[in-house]
Amino acid sequence: MRFVDEYRDPERILRAAAEVKRRATRAWRIMEVCGGQTHTILASGLDQLLEGSVELLHGPGCPVCVTSVETLDRALALAARSDVTLVSFGDMLRVPGSHGDLFGARARGADVRVVYSPLDALELAVKRPQREIVFLAVGFETTAPAVASAIQSARKRDVANFSVLVAHVRVPPALIAIRSSPDCRVDAFLAAGHVCTVMGTSEYEPIARELSLPIVVTGFEPLDLLQGTALAVEQLERGEARVDIQYRRAVRPEGNVHARALVREIFEVVDRPWRGIGVVPGGGLALSPSYADFDAELRFPERAASAPQEPGVCRAGDVLRGALRPPECAAFGRSCTPERPLGAPMVSSEGACAAYFRYRLADVSSEGAP
Amino acid sequence: MSRKLDVRALANPSCPAPLASDRVVLAHGAGAGASARLLEACVFPHLDNPWLRERHDGAVLDLGTSRLAFTTDTFVVSPLEFPGGDIGSLAVHGTINDLAMCGARPLALSCAVVLEEGLPLETFERVMRGLAEAARRVDVPVVTGDTKVVERGKGDGIFINTSGVGLVAAGRDLRPGRVAPGDAILVSGPVGCHGAAVLSVREGLAFESEIRSDSEPLHDLVEALLEAVPTMSCLRDPSRGGVAAVLHEIARGAGAEIEFEDARVPVTDAVRSACELLGLDPLSLACEGRLVAFVAESEVGAALESLRSHPKGRAAVRIGTVRTGRPRVVVRTALGTRRLLPLPAGDPLPRIC
Repeated sequence: MRFVDEYRDPERILRAAAEVKRRATRAWRIMEVCGGQTHTILASGLDQLLEGSVELLHGPGCPVCVTSVETLDRALALAARSDVTLVSFGDMLRVPGSHGDLFGARARGADVRVVYSPLDALELAVKRPQREIVFLAVGFETTAPAVASAIQSARKRDVANFSVLVAHVRVPPALIAIRSSPDCRVDAFLAAGHVCTVMGTSEYEPIARELSLPIVVTGFEPLDLLQGTALAVEQLERGEARVDIQYRRAVRPEGNVHARALVREIFEVVDRPWRGIGVVPGGGLALSPSYADFDAELRFPERAASAPQEPGVCRAGDVLRGALRPPECAAFGRSCTPERPLGAPMVSSEGACAAYFRYRLADVSSEGAP
Repeated sequence: MSRKLDVRALANPSCPAPLASDRVVLAHGAGAGASARLLEACVFPHLDNPWLRERHDGAVLDLGTSRLAFTTDTFVVSPLEFPGGDIGSLAVHGTINDLAMCGARPLALSCAVVLEEGLPLETFERVMRGLAEAARRVDVPVVTGDTKVVERGKGDGIFINTSGVGLVAAGRDLRPGRVAPGDAILVSGPVGCHGAAVLSVREGLAFESEIRSDSEPLHDLVEALLEAVPTMSCLRDPSRGGVAAVLHEIARGAGAEIEFEDARVPVTDAVRSACELLGLDPLSLACEGRLVAFVAESEVGAALESLRSHPKGRAAVRIGTVRTGRPRVVVRTALGTRRLLPLPAGDPLPRIC
């Protein structure tokens, strides 16, 4: 498979790991932003290859993980309405809100469905005009254009029974929030390649400059991550701080101009609570006023019955900021497992806690995955 | 963790919630951890006996002069027809294969169908033709059956249950408990084809080359294998939950560590592409025409030779070894690193970004 095999070639990967170790004179702490990258690191054991050299910290980069409990509770409340079909991406259905998850709601009779694309949700609305189809839109800037396109198409086709519960988050403000927290341990970021495929790198330039922090836009295969790490180490060793692109096969500095324009037309930037991190200024997207008629929050009065509750022992917030390694949480692998998760990073296949639980020999005490 | 819950369930057989949910959820049927917990919590405590305690694909009943293997399986696949098979032929192959994994020569099958009101008769007939053709090909008669119809909306077209009986030759014993440290682990061919074929139809995905289910009866392959290697420790049919679920079950049952090399597991390019696209692991996808064999080190050569000389086992390879150690499954990567093999938590979920 082209674009896959060459980035998984063991010989090249081992050479790249040796190169990182050769260049690093200190135990630099480098945070990969995206959960897909975290998953690759642990599944391939890149952390094992780099042991004793740089330390890889895992960032907040799983949009499922950072979706607020309040949003989930609202989705659960909407799903409980007899006239609503709630539609979302698969991972979202297993994330616990204050009281249960959407799969549980489905088992109790709610109409909850999984799609691969928001356009499928729109088609469902066209096919079933008597139902209110609500799409729970999660994701970074990567998935926002597809949602924007579905909304634009719904407006053009006059689909009145389609609405969107928008939980989109933006990456750059979160990098600033992480870097600004008092216990920040990050020396450099590996930014998410797919986000920059859409958005380009212009938002990252001022962050690198003002925070004196190297940012390397990096891909998702093992070799990508080691090459990205090597570029970050090179900047750190020279005392530089700029944006480099490792993921050149997909990212252009200007991004996808058409997709960016579409996102700008449909959405506006808002402050948004990130689960575990708190309200991130400019950290989310909401529908712009001219598309407010597709906003499920305005269309339905449902609010969660009680204040959102986070499980007390779960330290997802510290994990999402890279301040705590997942196995250092008291609940990890004990009261919190992928099948009975307390916090979102244990739910999503891209969450850092789930990746440690699934892959790390050293950190799972009894019988591995149960 | 699961062990802790099992103990509680056995002490108090009142069906404690096996998941966070107090209802049955789809993960309970996905063949992985949640399925096992459902059985441990709500089924085995009520039906405990020496045969169920073996946790095998079927039971072997000692009749004095002969030994009878007995197994049953229910088929609810959607769509009813998929590249490489349909629910009818699958219902024959699945049960034949469960018998084969007990080392039995199949004697007879039963077939019970639950039909949904409104199902086109033409579809029903097509499925039954597929079932009959599959039974004819393995030369095993369907000797009894049952038909029920449920109201529209109470079923999904057709559900089929088949049971099977077969004779187990003297001396044959393939129970999971026989797997011991030192045993080698073999697979008979590329994995994940059935799961990938069904998923790609269900999700409406078209690939450059069509992915066909591997659905196939394995009784003849097993007969040849057991003739060549009568001391075989155990055979498993990696259906729901795939090879990953089998390795986890055996590690737990044998109280031993399993280590395998992921680069050795055969996966076709088409299945690999589909898995890349859908964010799935071929090891967790169902096979319906493959087996996983556990065999003493000294017999590996003979077992591989036997498998490879049969058309259904041509691509057989050794993937790993059972070791003394904690019951867990360890992957050795091509980079020389080691990690755990995750047991899928529920139905394969597409990743979202």
